[in-house]
Amino acid sequence: MSMTATQAPPAAPSYLTDGFTLRSWLLTTDHKRIAILYLVSITIFFFIGGVAAALMRYNLIVPEGMIGSAETYNRLFTTHGVVMVWFFLVPAIPVTLGNFLVPLMLGARDLAFPKLNLFSWYLFVFAGLVVLYALFAGGVDTGWTFYTPLTTLYSKGHVVAAAAAIIIGGFSTIATGLNFIISIHRLRAPGMTWYKMPVFLWSLYATSVIMVLATPVLAMTLLLLAFERIFHVGVFDPAIGGDPLLFQHLFWFYSHPAVYIMILPGMGVVSEIIPAFSSKQLFGYKFVVWCSVAIAVISFLVWGHHMFVAGTSVYSALVFSILSFMVAVPSAIKVFNWIGTMHKGFIRFDAPMLYALGFIGLFTMGGLTGLFVAALAADVHLTQTYFVVAHFHYVMVGGMVSAYFAGMHFWWPKITGRIYPEMWGRAAAFIIFIGFNLTFFPQFILGYLGMPRRYHSYPADFQVLNVLSSAGASILSLGYLLPLAYLTWSLFYGKRASANPWGATGLEWQTSSPPLTENFLSVPTVTEPPYNYTPQGAVQPNV
Amino acid sequence: MSETSLTYEFQYSSAQHQAETAVSGMWLFLATEVLFFGALFLAWIYARHWNQAGFDMGAQQTSFVIGTANTVILITSSFVYSAGIAFITAGNSRRLIQFCVIAWLLGAAFLVLKFGIEWRDDFARHLFPGASFSIQGPLRSGAESFFVLYFFGTAIHGLHMVIGLALVSWIILRASRHDFSASYFTPPLVVGLYWSFVDMVWLILYPLIYLVGRGP
Repeated sequence: MSMTATQAPPAAPSYLTDGFTLRSWLLTTDHKRIAILYLVSITIFFFIGGVAAALMRYNLIVPEGMIGSAETYNRLFTTHGVVMVWFFLVPAIPVTLGNFLVPLMLGARDLAFPKLNLFSWYLFVFAGLVVLYALFAGGVDTGWTFYTPLTTLYSKGHVVAAAAAIIIGGFSTIATGLNFIISIHRLRAPGMTWYKMPVFLWSLYATSVIMVLATPVLAMTLLLLAFERIFHVGVFDPAIGGDPLLFQHLFWFYSHPAVYIMILPGMGVVSEIIPAFSSKQLFGYKFVVWCSVAIAVISFLVWGHHMFVAGTSVYSALVFSILSFMVAVPSAIKVFNWIGTMHKGFIRFDAPMLYALGFIGLFTMGGLTGLFVAALAADVHLTQTYFVVAHFHYVMVGGMVSAYFAGMHFWWPKITGRIYPEMWGRAAAFIIFIGFNLTFFPQFILGYLGMPRRYHSYPADFQVLNVLSSAGASILSLGYLLPLAYLTWSLFYGKRASANPWGATGLEWQTSSPPLTENFLSVPTVTEPPYNYTPQGAVQPNV
Repeated sequence: MSETSLTYEFQYSSAQHQAETAVSGMWLFLATEVLFFGALFLAWIYARHWNQAGFDMGAQQTSFVIGTANTVILITSSFVYSAGIAFITAGNSRRLIQFCVIAWLLGAAFLVLKFGIEWRDDFARHLFPGASFSIQGPLRSGAESFFVLYFFGTAIHGLHMVIGLALVSWIILRASRHDFSASYFTPPLVVGLYWSFVDMVWLILYPLIYLVGRGP
């Protein structure tokens, strides 16, 4: 069957024009509309977390702290961490691009459990309201890691409300992951074998495995924490018979794999974009997909590297150190694959590609500095300093947020049916890259020099680097506000997008932009491998 | 309802495709539950490892008779529910309802025994950790840890039981509206998986609470 047969005639209503009432949005089970609902929600949280970060950088302009209150500063970085980790980074790509694209890429009409999908959004919104209550009723001062016994005994903040919000949000994450795994197993279009699936789907599959298997552990841990705090009984508090190390083990058993929940979808996005803008097949497809799986598996075995200085045995530290080095291998393989894809390709530097290239550079930097802190001796010096802060921001913000923007620009024409302004897109990609490096590179040096994280004041010697970092943060925030402005503008004034404006492969480009409510007029049949790009100027091989 | 019961959502190719997918979804959900309770069991074993004598002291205060009776009740309940499913595969809706009602009553009996009698007795004997905890001496801390996990674990398991009872009620209600037949019984099947899983959790809690500390 010809693929062009699945293109919608212009008269067919898209998912956006299929009902205009509030009810048609709030009670929708259409995965594409739920993706939009999520997009609006997480964008709000992204800017709440961003404002908290901006205030932190504002405070750190002078050594004694512009805000002048350690208590306020503690609440700011906790707000920033909690909101960014659980209400932006963990859900970001899966619930927006994932929700929108998984059925389209599979050649399916929806996810396996559409009502569960809508329910997950309501859970997310409910969790969001609870966390906003916790933050605006006075905040939490414990840091996003909720270490005991600080959280259970000494903290005066709204720890239980914040924990409840994270537990509820966690069930939303579990619902999303479950939906993706089952959909990928059960709803692949005829001919869509596992090795014909785009890497984005493989990445989300690996991500979902972590979501469904790690998140419940966090839920149980935070329930125990709340139980201890409410009833003053000993689970984690050593003064009343508990064990704080147990909390750290359980917390990081979730929270380290969660780092890969955040980065794996970004790797998937980049794996879609690089071949499309290099006009070449993805180099080493099977290596890329199995590296995603390998990362997901190994991610469960490295949590102990957060506890090198917490009093664990030296043998456990050695093993966790080696395993942490091992998890870097599949990530590095992927970086080489992306570079191999570009090699001798016909590269176009449109905005999605610029963001994707930014991702590769910043992710590599974040990944390599991760090896510094995986090494036992170096970690003793670097742990709890700004080096660690810079390291994971290179991965989370430089890597993941860049990938999120890359994907958002790449699929924006598909999602909205509108073309975003290209020049603004490229300008924002550059501004974000520059602002990001200026913000976080000085923090590597600060950490190396010994500045500890989470302090509202610092010795005057560190001021120059801190001012540089704060200046970078202001550029970065401009870079993040720009897409908000021009993408919103393009919704109303952007040019209409064709079905496949980038000339990309993948089933999502073979339906109209924006897609129909039922995605495809007739169920597509897949016969070609993924990333079947023809190199520009190459002679078609005779088969 | 019977004429609509074989319809399926537009992302599926057949009613059977949808039914099998629902069952696989429940299995995956149960995998998340394994990890959820797994964290509790890990915490339990970890804490016991450091306070073995105290944990055993605590365990010896629990009611072996009620715990064992509850284990028998739950296993029977799962068995009865499974028998109900066997009947609906043969198209016997009436037997499904009867067996679900028995399974529900057994589940409710568990809750009454556990929380109405056993917990009340535990509170009366000051076994809830805190200032008035009844076990004194060097083993107090370990015994308190035991009872922290005892009360927490049984409460979380009890919550799962309550959800299970609500789901079984829903099955009874739908079956009484003749929603299920020999060709459509996905909801009883899916709820049955959950119901049996909650029993499985108890089968780990039971030895942790009542048996391990009573060993020689």
